[in-house]
Amino acid sequence: MPNVIFLVLRRMRTPLIALVSVYAFSVLGLVLIPGMDDTGQPWRMGFFHAFYFVSFMGSTTGFGEIPYPFTDAQRLWVLLTLYLTVIAWVYAIGTLIALIQTPAFRDVVARNRFVRGVRRIQEPFYLVCGYGDAARQLIRALANRGLRAATVDSDRSRIDALELEDLPLHVPGLCADAADSSALLDGGLKHRACAGLVVLTDDEQSNLKIAITSKLLNPRLPVICRAETQDAAANIASFGTEHVIDPFERFANQLAMALASPSLYLLHEWLTRAPGTPLPDPLFPPHGRWILCGFGRFGKAVNARLLDSGNSVTVIEKDPPLAGAPPDAIAARGTEADTLLEAGVRDAVGIIAATNDDANNLSIVMTAMDLNPDLFVVARQNRSENDAIFRAAGVSLVTRNGQIIASRVLALITTPLTARFLELAQAQPKAWADQLISRVSGIVEDRVPHTWAIRVSALEAAAITELGAGGAVQLDHLVRDPADREEKLPAIALMLKRGARETLLPDPAESIVGSDEILFCGLETAAHRMDRLVANPHLLAYAMTGDQRPQSWAWRHLSRLRAA
Amino acid sequence: MNLEKVVFAFFTLLALTLNFGFFLGEMSNPVEHNVYELFAAIVVSLIATIMKFGDRTQLGAVLLAASLVADLQLVAAAVLWGAAVHALDAGLSAGITASIVSLSGGALLANIVSVVLLIIDTVMARR
Repeated sequence: MPNVIFLVLRRMRTPLIALVSVYAFSVLGLVLIPGMDDTGQPWRMGFFHAFYFVSFMGSTTGFGEIPYPFTDAQRLWVLLTLYLTVIAWVYAIGTLIALIQTPAFRDVVARNRFVRGVRRIQEPFYLVCGYGDAARQLIRALANRGLRAATVDSDRSRIDALELEDLPLHVPGLCADAADSSALLDGGLKHRACAGLVVLTDDEQSNLKIAITSKLLNPRLPVICRAETQDAAANIASFGTEHVIDPFERFANQLAMALASPSLYLLHEWLTRAPGTPLPDPLFPPHGRWILCGFGRFGKAVNARLLDSGNSVTVIEKDPPLAGAPPDAIAARGTEADTLLEAGVRDAVGIIAATNDDANNLSIVMTAMDLNPDLFVVARQNRSENDAIFRAAGVSLVTRNGQIIASRVLALITTPLTARFLELAQAQPKAWADQLISRVSGIVEDRVPHTWAIRVSALEAAAITELGAGGAVQLDHLVRDPADREEKLPAIALMLKRGARETLLPDPAESIVGSDEILFCGLETAAHRMDRLVANPHLLAYAMTGDQRPQSWAWRHLSRLRAA
Repeated sequence: MNLEKVVFAFFTLLALTLNFGFFLGEMSNPVEHNVYELFAAIVVSLIATIMKFGDRTQLGAVLLAASLVADLQLVAAAVLWGAAVHALDAGLSAGITASIVSLSGGALLANIVSVVLLIIDTVMARR
């Protein structure tokens, strides 16, 4: 990274030498040319006065002829040097301005600013490569939670858009190719506060290279990487990348989950959506014959899941052999009523518009709903700016890549326990999910609940480590209101992680020991109260026994005396 | 032969020789120290400094630093001279002349360092 000052100095060498020479020439001339004082006696100007005069003449300020009026010879000299100094100044300033305006120089300045911005970050931050749709949503969500981030993208307009985003924290952004290792290093790959690398560029090959670079330069840094084909996902996972996210596979998974168990799907939605937003409605996708328009990466993933869960699928694809569609696929776009009728839209249960063109998807959806209003409609939305029209189309389920990726990364970063909990929940029977949903809906109002984790350590939960000797603190004590222990906090313990053992919905009588991690969900107020409870031994002691412990040193001694 | 090297060495050496010329003479006698020579020494020293801008090698950095030291000392001498004659009305007394000359002596030392470094660099490059 070139230093800005050296760059300026190198380019300013000639103008500065010209300026010094012109000044020296002018001053020397004034000193050498004989003048006259106010009484008409011959007088020579000293260096002091000459330099003073040239200084204000050169900048064309002009305070007049000092200290005595000039002779004609002096005026002739001043006339000459006046133009020389002005030209020298224009040359110097012009060179400087031209230098500042060159794109290369601006890039150096922007890069320096970025490097300084990253270096100054003290708290843990995430380096996000690529600033597309998913990254934008991710960075906004991180900033809203008070988590810092830095981003690198090769598209200048996206970095410009970042500067215009109204984020609660400063997010340094650099316009550079993230696959270039120097850009990653500038972005803080080896920064001691860097908590993780999130690779979300649009280019599969770049993602691969960034993940490799990171694993080579800083093997301990966790990497979360996006991959949209199975090959790439396997490749990226092969050298130790912690998490690989395939948005198509994830969505297909969720659809399969919704087909198998609507409650489990709802639980998943409740725990991964942004807390505080309105609760999503339950979804009941029907079983039967589905129509799938578009057999790309997304279509393939959905097709596999639909067949797995015992449905039949009629595929409509523009070019079936090229896409590798099943032999009975209909070769058409699917936007025309004829094609949809041929595919049997009138007696199908659902339709999935899965092409990579939003206008076509909307057209498919509108035509299909016209022909059969009872259809369950799934549409793939490719571009986030089409939010409003997809919402207006009355589609049952919209899939957005950016949102899927952003919420998954966010869950991995902020509450890794949630991701683990949802994985384990998939293996549970259907009735288990139904029961949990009814318990959760009993405490949340009409908003998405918060999820938080309590990690038992002297730093984060001092009260538990102080009072918890011998297993005195039970899970039940943590969900009591510190103001009135008879009141239960609106929170549910979802999972208890002790070493390698993970218990779903742990028993309230379970004792809590050091280094336990407990995942809760509930209202935001409950999260705040629980934070106070686990940090303050007096509150926790009250929640455990109902006794008010003497807080001050003097009272503690008095009560000990009284007890003795 | 590289013209840039010639010009560079010329100004570095000229800064030293002019500086030495001004320094030469009895310390406290103003007659033996010419004001034009000081002026020339300052101008050449400034130009020599500017020519050293932008060289990012270790040697370039030391050369630039030595040059800046020489500039600082010479300008201080000139300011002292101007102040004594015009601002303080003290004139060029023996004490003030000695101060001016000793300041330029400091600059001389810095210029000698510059030239020595330049010679070392040339010898190393020859090898």
